[in-house]
This record gives sequence, structure tokens and C-alpha cells, in this order.
Amino acid sequence: MEWQFFVELVTNGILTGLMYSLVAVGFVLIYKSTDAINFAQGEFCMIAAIIIAGFMKLYGFPLFGAIAVGLFSMLVFNWGLERVVLRPMIGRPVVAIIMATIGLALMFRGLGPLVFGAETRPIGLPIPDQPIIWGPFFMSPIDLLGGGISLAFMAVFGWFFMKSRKGVAMRAVADSHQISMAMGINVERYFALAWMLAGFVALLGGLVWGSAIGVDTQLAALGLKVFPVVILGGLDSIVGVIVGGVIIGVVEAISAGYVDPYVGGGTKDFTPYVLMILVLMVRPYGIFGKPIIERI
Amino acid sequence: MFHRESGYFKTTYKADMALYPLPIGKAAAVGFGVLFFVICPLLLGEYYLSIINIAAIAVVGALGLNILLGYTGQISIGHAAFMSVGAYTAANFAVHFDMPFWITLPAGGLMAAAIGVLVGLPSLRVKGLYLAIATLAAQFIIEWVLNHTPAISGGVQASIEMPRPVFFGIVLNTQAELYFFILPVTALAILATLNLVRSRLGRAFVAIRDQEIAAEIIGINVYRHKLMAFGISSFYAGITGVLYTYYFGIANYEAFQLPISIDYLAMVIIGGLGSVLGSIFGAVFVTLLPIGIRMFMETVGVFFVDGNYLAQVIAQMRLILFGGLIIFFLVIEPEGLNKLWQNIRNYFRVWPFSY
Repeated sequence: MEWQFFVELVTNGILTGLMYSLVAVGFVLIYKSTDAINFAQGEFCMIAAIIIAGFMKLYGFPLFGAIAVGLFSMLVFNWGLERVVLRPMIGRPVVAIIMATIGLALMFRGLGPLVFGAETRPIGLPIPDQPIIWGPFFMSPIDLLGGGISLAFMAVFGWFFMKSRKGVAMRAVADSHQISMAMGINVERYFALAWMLAGFVALLGGLVWGSAIGVDTQLAALGLKVFPVVILGGLDSIVGVIVGGVIIGVVEAISAGYVDPYVGGGTKDFTPYVLMILVLMVRPYGIFGKPIIERI
Repeated sequence: MFHRESGYFKTTYKADMALYPLPIGKAAAVGFGVLFFVICPLLLGEYYLSIINIAAIAVVGALGLNILLGYTGQISIGHAAFMSVGAYTAANFAVHFDMPFWITLPAGGLMAAAIGVLVGLPSLRVKGLYLAIATLAAQFIIEWVLNHTPAISGGVQASIEMPRPVFFGIVLNTQAELYFFILPVTALAILATLNLVRSRLGRAFVAIRDQEIAAEIIGINVYRHKLMAFGISSFYAGITGVLYTYYFGIANYEAFQLPISIDYLAMVIIGGLGSVLGSIFGAVFVTLLPIGIRMFMETVGVFFVDGNYLAQVIAQMRLILFGGLIIFFLVIEPEGLNKLWQNIRNYFRVWPFSY
């Protein structure tokens, strides 16, 4: 049974890790194209899930109707956010932008429950509840779906960045704001686009995670898992997000499976950060990230 | 004596660096001393003294964070974790070795400083976002270690009951007695910070904040100074933790979790980065904000909100206002309440003649 337990931990870890990547990719997206650091990505997911679950429960919307409402509000909101908060802060120190997004996170944590109520709600996706049993292994369908959505999204995303006109423009903007402006790219529009895309990713993340663990403000704790993932993978790399997510997911599952019984639980929240500190010491820009060269 | 100058007329560096730039500064310091040490305890009741106590403790922590964030430009999202280090150190010393507060207080501070330097080590390699995340990791790791090490954190619920501070045989029990224990520490912290930031060390910090590479070129040992900034900041945090522990009578890691770290960041930003007065403004403001919201909701809000949800709504309102204020100050007035105060002061400097 020992190796089966191990295999099961690893597979579940991989699936959970892919779902982490789905949250983390929003962060990378924003960093890649606007140089801004978003400490509120977990809260974005939370608010999207709260909106969907709230509309389903309080106003009796069908699932896809609620998703449409959620998508619309996330896009409009993130567009406005970029206009009102982030644009005046271009060129300010990193610390200021980090703090502004922390402020945003606090606002979401208050606003969500204030508007839609604080109780935990489910998002019922039309998939079976029973775990899929395959030989001696168990897998929950929602994890499979989450992992699948995550992989599919990454593939689309990779194509978008590599091939499409808008994606190439976005990479140009990320590389140098000034030069892209000189090349005739409307930089501000791409900033808005990046934030709106992040809102869309957050909706997906919120949907998957909300149906996996239920919707309330606890969902925002996801945001804290994002940092080990992106640091590990590299801040500006899509491949890195997947690899980092999978590593973190597996490490978490293994530590929860093997270490927890000896220390009384809780290592799940702790080991990713230890791993991250080690990575920071050795290779601060992550596995796939590009090193930063600093000039005066 | 009671006048302000109409412009900047300083001709020597010495005058520019003086602790009291104007005679009125000395008068104001004496005035505030009399106000807080004589008049307030005589006039105010237990409740208001307890508010001042909490605000005064917060001032120490905010000063510490401002030295790191405002003066040296290194972000820390683990400030509350250093407080918990100080708190548990002091609690262990007080309970197991029966130490008086004048030993536990610096001991807690020094232990926090040691841990702070350790956490600051990544700052030698990373900055900005990476440092923010490294300190966030420190917050979680310290929290977890404290919670899972019974040798440090006692048995049940990882909390240690703290004896009341004893001052020459007098047990400090009431708010008024604690007031005279806390306020001198706060006053000392303010004075120490004022002196720090006008010293060679403080100016080196500012140089590192403004342009790290240039600072290194003019001969500042950047790594040593960054570590010192972490150490000093954590020392303040440790002192804050010890004060909290004495004040609440219990050391518990749950009182020093991530939201508290963010509260302190909010204080420093709302008050004003890189200013001592700003730290005080911010700490007082952030301490008073929930009290103000509660008063408002209990008088006006009851007409709009179901009484059963009132506590919940107050907590949510607090978060929203907090977040909103942080964003507001960062976007509209990056220098915080301190700048607003300076604007008012500058207006009245030449009032009623505006030229």
C-alpha cells in the first residue's frame, strides 16, 4: 500500500498544483505586462466566486447566467481599477503598488460579505460528486476538471502570447513601455486589457476553487499560495507557473501525507514557504524567470 | 519664543540637524509632556486611558516599521511576527525566570531584533516584491514554529499568561497604572527615533532608500545598514509585542497574525512614510478608526442594519474603510496625514498674509 499512497498523494498534488497555477497565472499576467504586483489575486478569485454563488443563491440565477454576470462585473471592475488606481501609480516604487493592492484586498474582503452575506455557499458545477475510483486510486472529479481547465487555459494563453497580434504587443509593452509607445502601441489600452484578462482568469480560478472548497472569504487565502508558485517558477513565465504550481502542489501533498502525523498538522501552509525561501536564496528570479540587471 | 519663522533661514548644518529646529519645538515638547503625563491621567477616565494605552503601544510598532519602510525603503509584511517573538520571549522570561519588566522589555526587543536580522538576510539578495514575499514567508514560518513548539509557547492554545508588571513593589493593574508604564516607553521610542533619523545612521538609511547603488558608491555599506534597519525595526516590534503582552496579560500568537502586520503597514502609509510624526498620526488614526466606526454604527447604523449582524458589519466596514484609505492615500496623498498637517501648518505660517 505504501507506493499506492505515495502515487495518490503525487497525483492529487499535481491536480491541486495545476489549480494553483490557474490562480497564479493572473498574477504573472499582470506582472508581465504592466510591471505591477498584484497582492489581491486571491481576493479577485474570492470576489468572482462570491458574485457567482451570491447571484445563484440570492437571485435564483442559473449557473451560466451567474457566470456571465460575474464575468461582466469582473471585467468592468478591473477596467475601472486600472483607470482609477493603477494608472496614477505608474512609475511609483514597487512598495507603493504592493500596498495599494493590499488595500484593494482588504476592501474586497469587507465588500464581498457585506453585499452578499458572509455564509459559505456552494457553486454546483454539473459534475458528479463521487470520487472517480480507478484501481486502488481515488480522484475527485472537481480536481480533475480544475486541472483540465488550468492546462487548457495555459495552452490558449501560451498561444495568445506567442502568436496573436495582441499577445505580441503585450509582450512588447512588458519589455519596454517607452519603446512600445514609440512603435505605435497604445500602452494604456494594453494595461487595461491585462487587468481585464486577470479578472477573467480570477473568475475561472474562483469558479474551480469555489466549487472545490465552497465560497466564502476563506477563498482569499488562495492568494497566499500564489507567491510560492510564482517565485518558484519565475515571475514572468507561463511555463514557470505550471511547473511551480505542480511542484508546490506535490510538496504540499507529500508533507501533508508524511509529516503531518508527526507534528500535529498544518505543514500544508508552511512547507511551500520554506521551499520558496530556499529558492529565493539560491535563484531569486525563479526557475524560468529572467534575471534583473539593475542600473542607476 | 512662541513664533514660527517666515521661511528657511538656516545657515549651518548644525542648525538644520537640530532636534528642536525652533524654540517653539521645545515648548511644544514640554507642553505635550505636561498634557500626557499630568493632565490626561488626572482628567480622563479608565476607558479613554485604555484607548491612549493601545494607541501608544501601536505608536512604538509603527515607528519601528517606518524606520524600515519609510526611511530605509525595505518592505516587511512580517512585522507582527517579530512582535510575537518579543511577546513570547518576555512571557517566558517573566513566567519561568521571574524577571521584572525592565529586563523582559529589552530582552523581548533584542530577541526580536536577532530574528529580524535573520529574516533580513534575504534582503541582501532580493528587494521589492521578493523581499515582501520573503517577509511574508517569515510571518508564516514564525507563526507556525511558535504554534508548534510547546517549549516556547506553553501548553494550551499556545498561550502564556503574563504576570502584571511590578514597579518597585507596586503591581500595575489599572489602566492608569499601566498608562504610566506604557507612555514613558512610547516617549522614549519617539525620542530615540527622532535622534536616529538625524544621525549618520539615519541618513545612511535614507540614502539606501533613495538610490541603493549610489549609496554604495558614496561609501555606505549597504548590506550592513539594511541588516541594521531590520534589526532596529524588529527591536521596536519586539518592544511593542512585550507591551501588548503586559497590557493584555497574555502572550498568544493569534494576536500577532498577518492582518496585524497589514494594520501596521496601513498605519505607516496613512500616517506618512519617512516621518516620525506620521507614524504617530497613523498609529493613532488606525487605532481610533474601529472605535469611531463602532460608535457610528451603534448610534446611526442601527437604523439601517439588523442588530444581530452589527458586529459583523462593523468588522466589514472597518476592512473596507481601511483598504479604501490605504488606496486613497497612496494615489492622492502619498505622504499621508503628515503632509496634510504640514499643509495646514504652512498655510498658517504666514497667515493672514499669503505672500
